[in-house]
Amino acid sequence: MKRPSGPFLLLGLLLILPLMLRDAYYQHLMILVLMWVAIGSGWNLISGFTGQVLFGAAAFFGFGAYTAALLSSKLGVSAWWGLPLGGILSVAIAFPFGWICFRLRGPYFALATLALNEIFRHVATIWESLTDGMIGILVMQTFISKLPYYYVALAIAILSIVTVDLVMRSRWGYYFVSIREDQDAAESMGIDTLYYKMLSLCISAFLIGIAGALYTNYMGFIDPKVVFSLHEISIMAILVGIVGGVGTIYGPLVGAFIMVAVQEIFRTGGFGVLHFIGQSTGWPFMSGVIKYVSEAHVLSFGILVIVVILFLPNGIVGDWSLIRKSLFKSKKPAV
Amino acid sequence: MAFFKVQGIVKFFGGLAAVNGVSFEVKEGEICGLIGPNGSGKTTIFNLINGYFALAKGEIQFQGEKISGLKTHQICQRGVGRTFQVVKPLKRMTVLDNVIASAFLRHHPRSDAVKLAEETIEFCGLTHYKDKIAKSLPIASRKRLEITRALATQPKLILLDETAAGLNPHELEEAIRLIKKIRDSGITIIIVEHIMKVIMTISDHIVAINHGMVIAKGTPAEVVSNPEVIKAYFGEDYRA
Ligand SMILES: Nc1ncnc2c1ncn2[C@@H]1O[C@H](COP(=O)(O)OP(=O)(O)OP(=O)(O)O)[C@@H](O)[C@H]1O
Ligand SMILES: [Mg+2]
Repeated sequence: MKRPSGPFLLLGLLLILPLMLRDAYYQHLMILVLMWVAIGSGWNLISGFTGQVLFGAAAFFGFGAYTAALLSSKLGVSAWWGLPLGGILSVAIAFPFGWICFRLRGPYFALATLALNEIFRHVATIWESLTDGMIGILVMQTFISKLPYYYVALAIAILSIVTVDLVMRSRWGYYFVSIREDQDAAESMGIDTLYYKMLSLCISAFLIGIAGALYTNYMGFIDPKVVFSLHEISIMAILVGIVGGVGTIYGPLVGAFIMVAVQEIFRTGGFGVLHFIGQSTGWPFMSGVIKYVSEAHVLSFGILVIVVILFLPNGIVGDWSLIRKSLFKSKKPAV
Repeated sequence: MAFFKVQGIVKFFGGLAAVNGVSFEVKEGEICGLIGPNGSGKTTIFNLINGYFALAKGEIQFQGEKISGLKTHQICQRGVGRTFQVVKPLKRMTVLDNVIASAFLRHHPRSDAVKLAEETIEFCGLTHYKDKIAKSLPIASRKRLEITRALATQPKLILLDETAAGLNPHELEEAIRLIKKIRDSGITIIIVEHIMKVIMTISDHIVAINHGMVIAKGTPAEVVSNPEVIKAYFGEDYRA
């Protein structure tokens, strides 16, 4: 069998990328992309492969982020310990949560995860003696340069993709997909569906929790509104999964890249292009346009999802053969 | 000790007793036919044996142990496999992957599971569909996939729910041959089938039910000549 060389080429490229891309701003974006690869992979495992829609990824992300922050602010331990610990404690949450909620089928699980997300956000806001509430927690950043963060993020992204890949080749992977395809059939094939759904959720929570801890270390500041955000984290996680390709190993990588880019385009008004037009032409209404465009990103997310679902129901990776065909149709010689 | 024993099982849907005090026994190695008109409770009996529904009353024993009250997957692990009347293929998986997922139950390294899956697919005559996506199969093959998947869990008892319904005469012959082959491999079978030709030729013993109650038991010849059975199938006025 031919060994696929694509992943290794990609890995090589990602390893040298920050050395070529010296601009701190683009390095920052790449770190976000890699963080989203981990979150997207986690989401994809439980939702894309196991078919249990996780609507509240921020519950685990925020939990990991707060674990890292509290280690530093309350215990005086390095926030880097939050990476393993944030993952493990997210599992400690996912385990009982799954045990209770996986008795529910269909939309109930999705809604329960949404509730978990909101509960954590409120707890983090209200429990001021622990979390300082809305004020948030400041953590001293370890490095000034972006490079160390980039490589840590890269390691986490690789860990996520390799984990999901290994799991999906194993018996667990077969069981997860069987559960997604037909839970009754899976049970009657001897699969303990409750157990394997929990297992899948725990692995997901682990990956997402680590990503949360990475966020704390990298950004140096968290508050409940950001890390438990429904649309910045939970919905974004779903988008990364759907755009890249539900139930594909490399989908989250593609999805993360596109979604971080889209988010950034809207946040900055087309990387400043609109500002430039406004300034050079002196049109007074441009500042209004800029304001609306940057605020419309939630709407644009919605539109993007609709477009993807309509035209690429399996995401960019899942429908790659379709995309390639329509893009390069003209170049192919007729046979 | 009976190999398999159902004792006074009851199941209500709302106020309706879909299964109302059914008892029967199955000996090891035999084919037991379960017959009855539409809606008489056959599939519900399978769902009770399989643990998909909980019993309101009664007990089910397999190899001398009580299995009622166990979860569906535990009952499968004990060695009871089943097929679904309304087929439930794992749609977006290939036929081979469907069967591998089943084979993992008793065969752990992946290579072992693949080997068993391939053998089982061969045994059931699905080899040329092996790499097809399950949802693309024609109905006869989907029914066969149900059987293949159940067999890959290596059951001692298999419940077949109308696996021959909707097949053409040629496919029917093949289905009968497959069922006999399963029996000859040492697996005990309980089969639900409307097609009398199938049930009469392969069953060692038949249980007839109507309105969730047993109306006759015995050899195929005894059961078809039973007046209760004739009444259930052809109505009050029918006289042979
Ligand atoms: N899930 C359910 N909820 C409510 N009623 C049900 C359910 N399943 C079956 N029933 C009812 O129970 C009775 C027995 O149904 P069952 O499917 O066991 O019959 P069957 O003998 O398998 O019929 P068929 O030959 O048509 O497959 C029917 O009256 C049916 O309407
Ligand atoms: Mg039925």
